[in-house]
Formats: sequence, C-alpha cells, structure tokens
Amino acid sequence: MNKLHKRPRRGEGFIQGFLFLAAALSILTTVGIVYELGKESLNFFTRQMWENTNKQIVADVRPEDLTLTINSSGSDLHSGEIIKISEEIMQVTAVAGGQVTVARGLQNTTPGAYNAGLDIFESRRVSLVKFFTTTRWEPQIGNFGIWPLLNATLMTSLMAMLVALPLGLSIAIYLSEYASQRVRSWLKPILEVLAGIPTVVYGYFALTFMTPLLRSVFGKGVVEIYNTAAAGIVIGILVIPLVSSMSEDALRAVPVSLRQAAYGLGATRLEVALKVVLPAAISGITAAFIVAISRAIGETMIVAIAAGAGPNFTFNPFKSAETMTGHIVRISGGDLSYDSIDYNSIFAIGLVLFVITLGLNIVSQRVVRKFREVYD
Amino acid sequence: MSQAVISKNPYVFEVRDLNIFYDDFKAVTDVNLKIERNKITAIIGPSGCGKSTLLRAFNRMNELVPGTRVEGEVLFDSQNLYAPDVDPIEVRYRIGMVFQKPNPFPKSIYENVAWGARIHGYQGDMDELVERSLRSAALWDEVKDKLDQSGLSLSGGQQQRLCIARAIAVEPEVILMDEPASALDPIATLKIEELMQELKKDYTIAVVTHNMQQAARVSDYTAMMMLTGDSRAGTVIEYTDTKVIFTMPKDKRTEDYVTGRFG
Amino acid sequence: MFNKRKPSQVPHDAEKDAFQPHLHSRHRAGRVWLLVFQVSTLIGIVALSALLYNVANAAFGYAAIENKVDPASLSINGIPLEQLHPLDLTYILQEHVSEGLFRKFAREKPMEEYSREEIYDLVMRWVVQPQVVETWTLFDSLAHRDEIMRQAAEKYPQARIFFRSWLTSQFLTTPQSSKPEFAGVRTAILGSLWTILITLLFAFPVGVGAAIYLEEYTIDTPLNRIIQTNINNLAGVPSIIYGILGLAIFVRLLEPLTSGALFGYVKDATTANGRTILSAGLTLGLLILPLIIINAQEAIRAVPGSLRQASLGLGATRWQTIWHHVLPSALPGILTGAILAVSRAVGETAPLVVVGASTFITFDPDGPFSKFTTLPIQIYQWTARPQAEFRNIAAAAILVLLALLLTLNASAVLLRNRFSRRL
Repeated sequence: MNKLHKRPRRGEGFIQGFLFLAAALSILTTVGIVYELGKESLNFFTRQMWENTNKQIVADVRPEDLTLTINSSGSDLHSGEIIKISEEIMQVTAVAGGQVTVARGLQNTTPGAYNAGLDIFESRRVSLVKFFTTTRWEPQIGNFGIWPLLNATLMTSLMAMLVALPLGLSIAIYLSEYASQRVRSWLKPILEVLAGIPTVVYGYFALTFMTPLLRSVFGKGVVEIYNTAAAGIVIGILVIPLVSSMSEDALRAVPVSLRQAAYGLGATRLEVALKVVLPAAISGITAAFIVAISRAIGETMIVAIAAGAGPNFTFNPFKSAETMTGHIVRISGGDLSYDSIDYNSIFAIGLVLFVITLGLNIVSQRVVRKFREVYD
Repeated sequence: MSQAVISKNPYVFEVRDLNIFYDDFKAVTDVNLKIERNKITAIIGPSGCGKSTLLRAFNRMNELVPGTRVEGEVLFDSQNLYAPDVDPIEVRYRIGMVFQKPNPFPKSIYENVAWGARIHGYQGDMDELVERSLRSAALWDEVKDKLDQSGLSLSGGQQQRLCIARAIAVEPEVILMDEPASALDPIATLKIEELMQELKKDYTIAVVTHNMQQAARVSDYTAMMMLTGDSRAGTVIEYTDTKVIFTMPKDKRTEDYVTGRFG
Repeated sequence: MFNKRKPSQVPHDAEKDAFQPHLHSRHRAGRVWLLVFQVSTLIGIVALSALLYNVANAAFGYAAIENKVDPASLSINGIPLEQLHPLDLTYILQEHVSEGLFRKFAREKPMEEYSREEIYDLVMRWVVQPQVVETWTLFDSLAHRDEIMRQAAEKYPQARIFFRSWLTSQFLTTPQSSKPEFAGVRTAILGSLWTILITLLFAFPVGVGAAIYLEEYTIDTPLNRIIQTNINNLAGVPSIIYGILGLAIFVRLLEPLTSGALFGYVKDATTANGRTILSAGLTLGLLILPLIIINAQEAIRAVPGSLRQASLGLGATRWQTIWHHVLPSALPGILTGAILAVSRAVGETAPLVVVGASTFITFDPDGPFSKFTTLPIQIYQWTARPQAEFRNIAAAAILVLLALLLTLNASAVLLRNRFSRRL
C-alpha cells in the first residue's frame, strides 16, 4: 500500500489563490475609492488658479531684473504671494509702493523679457477653510464653498426623513405586531416592488407628479418648478421600504416570550408594541434610521431631476437648490476635461459625500453591535 | 346576585364543558373542574396533552395565537371569562401569569416590576410597591443594591422570581404558572417551590408541571390530563386531592403515569 | 362586569384601589394608533399607485398631430400614400426633399434596395413631417374626451387627433431621434443589455469566488475580518461614488484598455476616450459586487455542513467538495441573489452619467468598445427636456424599463420558489 504522503495539489492552491484575489478585490475597490478621491481632492486644494489682479507692469522687464515697476490699479500685492506674468511664475519678496521685488523663474519656469502693460496674475488656491465655511459655489470666479451643496443635501435628506421615518416605522409596527399572515403576504411584495423601482423613475415621479401637486397646494408663485421639497418627499417615499423592512426585522427579532409577558400583565396590544417590543428593538430601528439617512444623502437621480441645477444657498424648501450628488451628475454629464478644476471638484465633493455616508454606515453597525440585547 | 354569595364562593374558577381548538384541531376536550381559592392546583400529564392550553384558557392568553377557538365556559367569580363583553385585558390584569422560561423585559429590575403597575395606572408609592413585590418574591435581598441593572443580568432562578415579582406587582387574584421551574436548576427550583407556598396565603395558584414530584410537593389538588378518544384531544381524567392522586388514584392511566409506567 | 371594580369580591381590595386602569382610554388609544399604523401603510400603497398611475397617465392618451404636408395631397391617381408603389414613393421623396438629402439617402444604399416600408418611413419623416402639437393625459383622455375633441378642433384645425400609445413596437425598434414622434429606445435597450452582459461577466465569477473564499476557506484572521467588514461597508457606499471611481479608474487610468486601443480596436476617435460600454459594465460590476457576494455567502451558508463532511469523508479535496456538492446546492440561491443584483444594475443611472454615457447616439452598440446609452439614461435625458412630448416618451421608456425589471424579478422569484421546494 502507498504511504500516506502529502501530495502536492497545485490546482487546489491555484484556485484558492484566485478565490482570495476575488475577495481581496473588495479591499482594492475601497483603496481605489479612497486613493482616487483623496488624490484628486488634494489636487483640488493645491491647484494653482490664476486670478487677474488688474495690475500691469509699467516698465519693460529683462530676464535678470528682480524688481518690477507696477501701477496702482487692481488689487494690492503682498510679500510672499505667488504671481504670474505671461508664463513665468514669480514670488513677491517685498513691496515698496510701485516697486515690487520678486524671486523669478519659480516652478521650473524660465525668466523672460516682458513688455510694459502685461497683466499680473495672482495665484489662488481653494482653501480648506473656505471650502468648509463659505456659502458660495461659483467655479467660474473661483469660489468653492461647499455649503450651498451640503445645505441642499441636508434639506432634501431632512425632508425625506420627515416622510420616511414615521411612515416606515409605522408600517413596520403594523406588519410586525398587527397584520395577519394574509395581509403581510400582500403588503411585503408591494413594499418590495416600491424598493425595486429605479431611482430615475422616482425622479420622473418627483418632477411630473410631486412638484405639480405641491404647486397646486401651495401656489405656483411659492413653489418653483425645481425645488428641494418635492425631491425630498420622493426620496422619503423611496426609503420607506428600507426603513420598514429593517425596522420590521428588528421588531420581529424580539422574542415572543416578551410579548407574552406583557400580555400576561394585562397590557393592550398597543402597550405591548410601543412599550415593550419597540424599546427592545430600538438598536435595530436606530440602525435602520441611520442607514436611511445615509441612503437619502447619497441619493442622486431624484435630486438631479427635480431639485434644480445650480447651487443655491437657501433654507426655503420650495426654491431650487443643487445637492452635492446633483452637482456631480450635472458637472460630469457635460464634456469634462481631466485636470480641470471642475474635474477635481467632483472628487472633493465625492470625498465629503463618501466620508459622511461611510461614517453613518459605521455608526449604524456600531449601534447594532453595542446595544443589541442578548436574550437567553 | 348578591356580593355576599360571591365572596362565600370558595371556588375561583369553575370550568364547564371546555373545548379548545387550534383551527380545526381539537386540543382540549370536555374539561370540567373547579379551582379552589388560596390553594395550589397542579395540572399534570404527558407532553402535548393540552396542560398549557388549559392553563392559558384561564386568562385568555390562548387567543393571542391566531385561529384559536374556545367553546364552553370558564367562570371566574361566577362570571364567564368568555362572555362577549369581557375585556381580555381586564382578565389578564386580574389573573397574572408566570411563564416556562424566565422572560424579564430588557429593562432595569425596578422597571420590570413597576411596568405592569404603571400601565394600569398605579397611584401609590411605586418604590414601596416594587420593594413589597420583590420581597414577596423573595428576591429583594439579592437585588436591592442593583435595582437599576438590567433584568437580563440576573441568573435564571433570579429572573424567574423577578417575573413572579412582576406578576405580583399588579396585585392579581390568581397567578397561573406554566412550568415555572422547568428551565431552572434544582436549587432555584426549590426556591420557587418554597415561594409558592408563601404566595398561596394571598393568591390562588394554578401550576402546570411535568414534574410529578413537584406536583406532589407543592400542590393541594392535582388534575391529571391525558389524550383521549379518537380525536386525541387532551382532557382531565382525574381531579382530586393531591395525596389521593399520588397514593390511590382511581384511574388506571393515572396510576401508570404517577408510578412511572407511562411517558 | 369586568369593566367595573367590585371591591368586595377581591381578596386585596385595599391595594387594588390604588390602581386606576382606565381601560376605556387605553383601548381608545389602541384604536387611534392602529388607525395611524394602517393609514401609514395605506400611504405607502397610495404612493406606489400614484407612481404607476403617473407613468401610465403620460404613456397613453390623446395627441394632436399636425402634418407639414397633408398625406392626402400626396396621393397619386387617388391611391392613398400608404398603398403607393415604392417607385412612386421614391418619386415623392425626390420631389420634396433637398437634392443633398436625397443624395445622402442614395449614398447609404442604392434607392432600389430600400424596402417599401423604409421608403414610406422616409417619406413620413422628411415629407409629411407629422408634429405633435399637444398631448393629453390618459385620465383626461378618458374622462373629458368630448372636451378635448372640441378644444383641439378649435385650436388646431389642421391637426389629426387620435388616441395614442407612446409605447409602440416602433418605439422599441427605432433608435434615438431629436423628434419625439420618431424617437425610440432601440439604442438604449441594446446599450443596457450590452452593459449588463459585461457587468455579469465580471461581477458574477468574482462575486461568487469571493463568497466561496469567505465561507469555505476563511479562518478567522484579521485580514479576512477586514475583508468581510469592508464588503458590508461597500454595500452602503452611494452609487455615484462608484461612478466617480469608474471615471477615474476605467475611463481615465485604463483608457487604453477600455477604449479598445490596446487591442487595436478603435472604430472612431470619439470612442477612444474610454467612455465605453466596457467602462460602464465594469463600474456597475464593482457596484453590485458586494450585493452578489453577500447574497452568495448566505446561499452557501445555507448548505448543510453534513454535506461537506460526507464529501470530505470520502477523501475529496476541498475544491472537489465545493465544486461537486456545495455549489450545486447553493446555485439557485446564488442565482437569485445575482438576478436581484443585476436588476439593481439595470436601473442605475447616476454612475453611468458620471462614467460618461453618450447624450445622443443613433447607432447600435456593436461591442464592449462602443459608446453607449442605457434605458435609465434615456429616461433621465428625456425627463430633463422641457417639452411635454418628451415626458410622454420618457413615460413609455419607463414602462419598458419596468417590464424588463419585472421579468428579472419574476425569474428570481421562480428560482427562489424552486429552491425552497427542494430543501
């Protein structure tokens, strides 16, 4: 008889290698997302944009000159600023009235000779502080404050939650604590259908149904054709099935014995549902809520179609305003050239979006893990 | 009906021709029995003979299972629990229940006891009620320093006594116990049995058990249930003084069962 | 009875007095809240109904159509246009369109090779030129028929008014057009099918492979736990982020690959920028990968361990066990999950906009390196147009999309039922 030697099984090893790579691809995806968003966002924030100072040099400049004579029009120059004349980049080292001392030929440009009358451009960067604190998003003139976009996102999401959380939770309680098997077997597929409809169809619904509805209720003068309210309400409808099914799972996971204990004490069905089952399922329901918020923040097509094109910092839900996702879609829908500030900006917005939604998802997982009641 | 007559009635429950169905399946058939006040009545019998179903008929817990139907009468202080105008919530408020597996709410020990009293609009001193209930359940000394801890943090036996305290706090007239010690170890079981002896001074207790020694130790009366007839539905085949059941049962099947020749 | 306290019959009268159960108001609260729950559920159903009604409302209804040239005036010797001989039709076409345009038709293929239908189509499109001047919703069409007829006759005396379904066989088989009367979804359907094919070819093997690895090979190492957590997190990343990733990786970084340049396949300069079906399919593949993995994991987990032990006990290797026993048992579940994931991909719009779906193409995609559009993209673009007629064809396209999804989901349900029967 052969000895029980270990036989090399190269095929097995190869297959296992492939399977591992398949699983590891998910890590690569995450790394890709983080790397690309990070890299392009970095480009966004370090990118030099040239803004015309409306100042001109008033005397000819030779390549070896370190002093420029400038006129007094336009915005002032300050020591330390990076400026550009023609293609050459320089740094201002001192300013004395109409005389500016500069270091020449920076960033691998070659010092050249320039005629009087050339414009002086000033380097501007998108500052992180301004990005997060200012309320104007006007790429044409170099204003990149994310608040108009973020605010619109928060408005639509808030609106969506006002619709989805109470309705979704009510449906979940009804399904889990009241509905008979027969009713459930009807309702669940309806909710699944609702969940399976593509978001672009919801966008169509928002624009051609919800907006006219709002306009007929509140008046055409009050509600604009594109508005965050219609988009938000429809996002709410979109996430109802998510809230209801996750919450229902949490409610049904509460042991029957707890319900019996409460009934045995003479509690009504409502008291059992709201005072025993609901508190016991609160971690799962919280998680459902958080996931729903994350979903609403990331929702794109509904806002792209119905909320409006063009950043607008407003708290009026009946006015048009562009969300982060809506902005990304609109900008990238046109002809987008790589290495443009627009191209960079969608990554910066994407990074903010990614951080928010990932944060929410992680929090929801924590909530489930930390507050899960252990029965038995 | 004068109140004097009612208070003299020594029987808390009077069951008349009770049949219980799950959809088309008949689970309990033709039960007639009376349960005496301030006594412990045990219901014994082999698995699946409808003991728990019968017990749950005493506070209408059965109807939480869809498709359950009850025929016949269960008189509680001469009132039929199954009369159309009777509110099951009121029934369960006055007839408490302790379950097979300890099932404290995922709330603090204090809240577990106070919860039932609170939903029924208890007006008195809640702290005092909680302490009194926990003392009655012989649990006070063990938990008085950790009332704000989760009820689930207690041991199995403590959890079951917490559930008894919870039932007592609503001040029911009857406590139904569905195999209250079956999930517990022998020491915890003993504690529950001692507690039952204490409780019967104030309450009427009906207890389902599959443990015959337990029935013999704790109960005053014993009902023996068995599957009978073609429909194989459970019924009470013998109901009398516990001592009699265990020493000189009239029914051959009871004798086989209590002597271990059955099930 | 039980609604009244009878203190004398209760052993603990004094204490029971401390309770005020207020059963009446508690039951009332119960009824009120039940109503709240029921109404909430009803709102959900109403929302779904409103959505479907809204689509159907726009997809069908009366339309008033005006012709630039009255077809009756084109009849020759009393024979109506529809019955004319191809030669007569060609003659009419030549008479009415510019010389340059006619030469263009002739350049595509010799006029005699055109079928009668094709020439008739050209005559309709370029000579008769019907134009929708107004449309009415299905609801109005059914409820106020006479009113519409009267109004239309007043406003558009030249127009023909008829009940029109915007979803026709012609709609399914003609390519995109700038005129809603002639626009169809052929290009978009083919684009969707091609994209999904790529998505499946990529995501299915990789997703199932990852699931097998995680369920059958993993020991609880930190790396594997990170992979698992990571997959769960990826499932929650908004789809538009995948679009941005696809733009950066597939369109830009891997442009030589996704444009086909690497294989010497560049049909025209406009596809060489990487905004191709391949990029779109791979992007959607990444998007649904977590869903496929999670679903496949569940299916594999449901295979009883005894089956594995039986196989391993016979001396089979691990892979033999998986290939011969675990996968066949788990396959229906895996397929169900994959179909559901694909139906998610079919409906995705945002990532494809970012990856660079074409805004207007009229030719069929012919491979992974073609420019593309898909059904949802088409719906988005038509919805965004201000003219009412585009709403009508957007609604018709939505019906096509929903029908496609319904088919997919129905097959998933069938599979699931077969699966559960076998267990």
